[in-house]
Amino acid sequence: MNEMARLQKRRLALYGWMLAAPALALMSLFAFYPAIATFWHSLFTRGTSRRPSVFAGFENYGDLFADPTFWTVATNNLIYAGVTIPVSIMFALVMALWANAHIPARSFVRSAYFTPTILPMIAAANLWLFFYTPDLGVIDQITGFFGASPTNWLGQPETALASVIIVTIWKEAGFFMIFYLAALQTIPPDLREAARIEGAGRWTYTRRVLLPLLMPTTIFVFVNAMINSVKLIDHLFILTKGGPNNASKLILYWVWEMAFAYFDSPHAAAMTILVLLALGLVAVAQFRLVEKRTHYR
Amino acid sequence: MNTDTTVANTKLTLPDFDKLLDALGAWVLAIVWISPLLFAAWAALQPSGTALGLDFSNPLTFVNFTYVWGAVPWGGYFANTVILVTLILAGQLVLCTLAGFAFARFEFKGRDTVFILVLLQLFILPEVLIVENYAIVSKLGLFDTALGIGLPYMASAFGIFLLRQAFKSVPVELEEAARIEGCSWMGVLWKVYVPAAKPVYLAYALVSIATHWNNFLWPLIVTNSPETRPLTVGLSLFGAPETGVDISVISAATIMTIAPLLIAFLIFQRQFIQAFLRAGIR
Repeated sequence: MNEMARLQKRRLALYGWMLAAPALALMSLFAFYPAIATFWHSLFTRGTSRRPSVFAGFENYGDLFADPTFWTVATNNLIYAGVTIPVSIMFALVMALWANAHIPARSFVRSAYFTPTILPMIAAANLWLFFYTPDLGVIDQITGFFGASPTNWLGQPETALASVIIVTIWKEAGFFMIFYLAALQTIPPDLREAARIEGAGRWTYTRRVLLPLLMPTTIFVFVNAMINSVKLIDHLFILTKGGPNNASKLILYWVWEMAFAYFDSPHAAAMTILVLLALGLVAVAQFRLVEKRTHYR
Repeated sequence: MNTDTTVANTKLTLPDFDKLLDALGAWVLAIVWISPLLFAAWAALQPSGTALGLDFSNPLTFVNFTYVWGAVPWGGYFANTVILVTLILAGQLVLCTLAGFAFARFEFKGRDTVFILVLLQLFILPEVLIVENYAIVSKLGLFDTALGIGLPYMASAFGIFLLRQAFKSVPVELEEAARIEGCSWMGVLWKVYVPAAKPVYLAYALVSIATHWNNFLWPLIVTNSPETRPLTVGLSLFGAPETGVDISVISAATIMTIAPLLIAFLIFQRQFIQAFLRAGIR
């Protein structure tokens, strides 16, 4: 009897492995192996037909740190993250509060906010070209009406990154809104009533009651926004191509450029590893935050 | 008596004023938010060269759409995207169902460690590994094929995670009942677990379709012919400003690219938003 139970258990374990195997195999091939291979290749020089690639240790990383472009691109990406994350979150919260309020045409408002979420970034960039085109674009038409001279929003270093940032915020705020919206719907209406009776104004209620209750959602949205600030770069291909003079170049775009425009994959690999390290830090931070939250409960 | 009515009055008018401000703010933001789409739709219907003048006296025309349709193999791009999205979704559904089932209902050595590895993949974005994945896809001889674009996305950690959660919440009694009636493991999966997870499947499918309809960077890297190129890549080649293409024509091409998904969204709004919500909360 015991023997049979043991056999049965082993059979089930085998089934489990067999069921998971196809997914695990593909995942190893396209996530784990490439992550390790990227690291390995980042330690070698770029091979040419005359000079085969040789082991170089961390030389490629040293090259990156010595390259002023690296610092420009890293700074750009920090600014990109530093602006898109808080601003999208603020927009998302305001949108959710409005989309949750009892206002006429609420469902129109809600879908207007959400629509950019389902558009490809490439299409979003095309839509915004219409706004940014110098002289003829919507923005210049409006500012021109007030007597301002035309601006090459995408073509000058001072405004290129900002223009790219605006498109990202437009694209992701409506997506983050739905998480706030869902969270708001779980907050009992009596709380607002209680706060009102206590004499708390709307602002106090939002700051002292709503925001703390929405904190888990904010953390979740924050992590997503952080990942997006690495991932969302498609619009650069249409709007600025990272220019002018690297003013709007972001890390992932630079990786693409190094690997597929300059065929310098060792440096692209080194940069990829730095990005993976940063993402790893985000993962660790998220797990710790989640742990802390459960401790409070 | 008199004071009572004034108190009641202020109580009535103050919230109304607040409400009006709310509604006004919400509407203004909503209009600002969809204005890029509205402008593009309007520009696409203008004769080329005139759109940016914002001259509302021009007659509307479909000439840009017919031009775009003739200038690029748009029908082919469209078919490529549909094939790609279907292929990825089919692969994901099969692989993630099996793996989700394994992690939810089977005990095997190392299961929890492997599952943590799966979760780790949520943070290794496929977008970041483009250099090495390109080499792998090329070595497999899958460069410039639909399978080459789709394969890296099929074992979706996220899908496995979602389905595992869904399967775990199915009461074991249901499974036992099915087994008493003589169902095999596959029969149990197919007759008990899959039907129970239907809403999760729907949510996951909608998000997957939207994601891969819109995906750009990876398809750009692994395709180089109109025979495999999806819509987004076609659009980017077509819409680059330095090609000197008129903005009305770009708008028409953009509208054509987003139309299928946009129409689907407008019809199934609630399902879409629910899907994104369900899929987002991990």
